[in-house]
Amino acid sequence: MTGDERWIHTPPRESATFDRATIAEIHRAAATGIYDIRGFGAKRKLPHFDDLLFLGASISRYPLEGYREKCGTNVVLGTRFAKKPIEIKIPITIAGMSFGSLSAPAKEALGRGASAVGTSTTTGDGGMTEEERAASSLLVYQYLPSRYGMEPDQIRRADAIEIVIGQGAKPGGGGMLLGQKISERVAAMRTLPAGIDQRSACRHPDWTGPDDLEIKILELREITGWEKPIYVKVGAARPYYDTALAVKSGADVIVLDGMQGGTAATQDVFIEHCGLPTLAAIRPAVKALTELDMHRKVQLIVSGGIRSGADVAKALALGADAVSIGTAALIALGDNHPRWEEEYRKLGTTAGCYDDWHEGRDPAGITTQDPELTKRLDPVAAGKRLANYLSVLTLECQTIARANGKSHVHNLEPEDLVALTVEAAAMAGVPLAGTNWIPGRGPQD
Amino acid sequence: MAAAREGARAAHDARNTDLDLASLSLRQANETLQKAEAGSFVVANPRGAHALAAGLTNPLDVTINGHVGYYCGGMNQKAHITINGNAGTGVAENMMSGRVHVKGDASQSAGATGCGGLLIIDGNASARLGISLRGLDIVVKGSIGHMAAFMAQAGTIVVLGDAGDALGDSIYEARLFVRGKVKSLGTDCIAKDMREEHRTLLRSLLDAAGIGPEIDVAEFTRYGSARKLYNFHIDNLGSY
Ligand SMILES: Cc1cc2nc3c(=O)[nH]c(=O)nc-3n(C[C@H](O)[C@H](O)[C@H](O)COP(=O)(O)O)c2cc1C
Repeated sequence: MTGDERWIHTPPRESATFDRATIAEIHRAAATGIYDIRGFGAKRKLPHFDDLLFLGASISRYPLEGYREKCGTNVVLGTRFAKKPIEIKIPITIAGMSFGSLSAPAKEALGRGASAVGTSTTTGDGGMTEEERAASSLLVYQYLPSRYGMEPDQIRRADAIEIVIGQGAKPGGGGMLLGQKISERVAAMRTLPAGIDQRSACRHPDWTGPDDLEIKILELREITGWEKPIYVKVGAARPYYDTALAVKSGADVIVLDGMQGGTAATQDVFIEHCGLPTLAAIRPAVKALTELDMHRKVQLIVSGGIRSGADVAKALALGADAVSIGTAALIALGDNHPRWEEEYRKLGTTAGCYDDWHEGRDPAGITTQDPELTKRLDPVAAGKRLANYLSVLTLECQTIARANGKSHVHNLEPEDLVALTVEAAAMAGVPLAGTNWIPGRGPQD
Repeated sequence: MAAAREGARAAHDARNTDLDLASLSLRQANETLQKAEAGSFVVANPRGAHALAAGLTNPLDVTINGHVGYYCGGMNQKAHITINGNAGTGVAENMMSGRVHVKGDASQSAGATGCGGLLIIDGNASARLGISLRGLDIVVKGSIGHMAAFMAQAGTIVVLGDAGDALGDSIYEARLFVRGKVKSLGTDCIAKDMREEHRTLLRSLLDAAGIGPEIDVAEFTRYGSARKLYNFHIDNLGSY
């Protein structure tokens, strides 16, 4: 043996173009003839908040004292037209996630967690459940294209209204809730037979375009006596124009959801290939608000891939008034927890990778309507976990804000940030670290 | 319940309150209607106002003399609203109960997502009548435009005239009765047999809309869902 035999064949080499995931997907498509549907958000690597850093204080900027000097975190939403704006104590809200995609105890837990730290939660496709209304001190009511479960009495019981135009995971796509998850209760709330696949429309049934939207907002205000803040939620597609048009239509608050945003069930090709990354969407939206003299008057809530207090602080520094979270909130409740590893294995996955939220077999009892699985989620304990997590996000965000000398998290600004990559510098409009170069901007900008 | 309501209506018939939009703002007119517990109201000079008489929750009688804009009677609960004129987009959208009667023509998305009550349109209705319908009954004495009853889930639509393209596309459990011609049926919508129960239902809706026996239920064809798209199947790919 000369030791050369092993070189007769080259060692296995994975193709960068046809990597294992790609090959597996081709096999899956060939075997089934249908596109892959899944939950969660985009899994590919995208320019994100990780590509930004805060500078912190220095000789020319002094910090605030960690525990002694105040750093405010409250946000008032709906100051433009609503007679009753809402105030959240932390700059983090819970995004709209439907009962149907989530179990009733999961919705209740979201309400409990959010209420414990003084923030709001949001309904979703399919209407409001009693559990979530009772558990949520501030509840935003989504007004969606499908109108499943939508009732005027529910609108009147809400603290704010969110007109959903789109979601970051699928800008331009409607919803889907597959038959496995349509229990009797979900079906009855949505006026549809149990067990059928529910497609939610992608366009509103009674308006199209910004001029109609203005009239729709007028109607909702007339029906609720001009009391409630009206949000408009868009997936990040053309944030500069969408923001300007939402302002023109009379929105109080704009919710901007980047492409990393989670979903309960969407085609993988849609999740991974449509929309703008959250990082790239914020500055154009803020630019539109600033040009219209509406920054901070019409509040901007940003979502899509928010995980930590650093992400929160970075979104605020780029100009958002608040952020909202979906996926991270579900994880805090117990989604993808290693304690269910044995069951994840049986489903052909592993803790940390589970994304078949559309199938209704969630071992953690969150993305399911199965009565046995649902029982596993204790809404009180899960709500406490979410409250803990929200507190950590807030403390982390405050830590960064104080280090940058800010007495309120809203005082964070782009000047506090640098970018680690040329791409992130261009998207976030902040200089590449160690330089004064912002790609795409001339000295006049 | 019904008797009590009729009683309340009768008691207030004497008080015919006039609301003139030439001098009142939309907010003032709507607020008066929204706060009233009963009574009869006549709205003058609507001049195409949007969201007029939207969000009413009590058994009022409201007569609007003139044309209205978008979403007149939107989300109505219990009120009886008569429009002596034409109605813009989304008249009686998401109505929960009560009655809206358009004496003229109606624009797009009339009765969209409606959950209950009765919508009567004496003239024609434009595109997307009864889109995403959820239980409201609609009677149109004229003809209707394209994409009526798109994704309609529940409720009944009766059309005395003709229907445009793609009637009942992706329809769920709503029932459609058309007396005239249908230009084309949408995906998964088919003609169905009229059984006794359907004739009875149709007759009761015609009666409710004040249409006499001169219109015979035998002249109508029933349409509804073939229920082939209820669960995704690869063989139906071309239909999605
Ligand atoms: C399980 C689940 C259900 C959702 N349902 C809705 C919905 O009904 N309406 C909606 O506008 N967005 C829905 N979303 C999107 C969220 O509101 C939000 O935009 C997104 O989760 C934010 O991104 P993140 O998950 O990275 O935090 C859903 C998301 C998830 C994870």
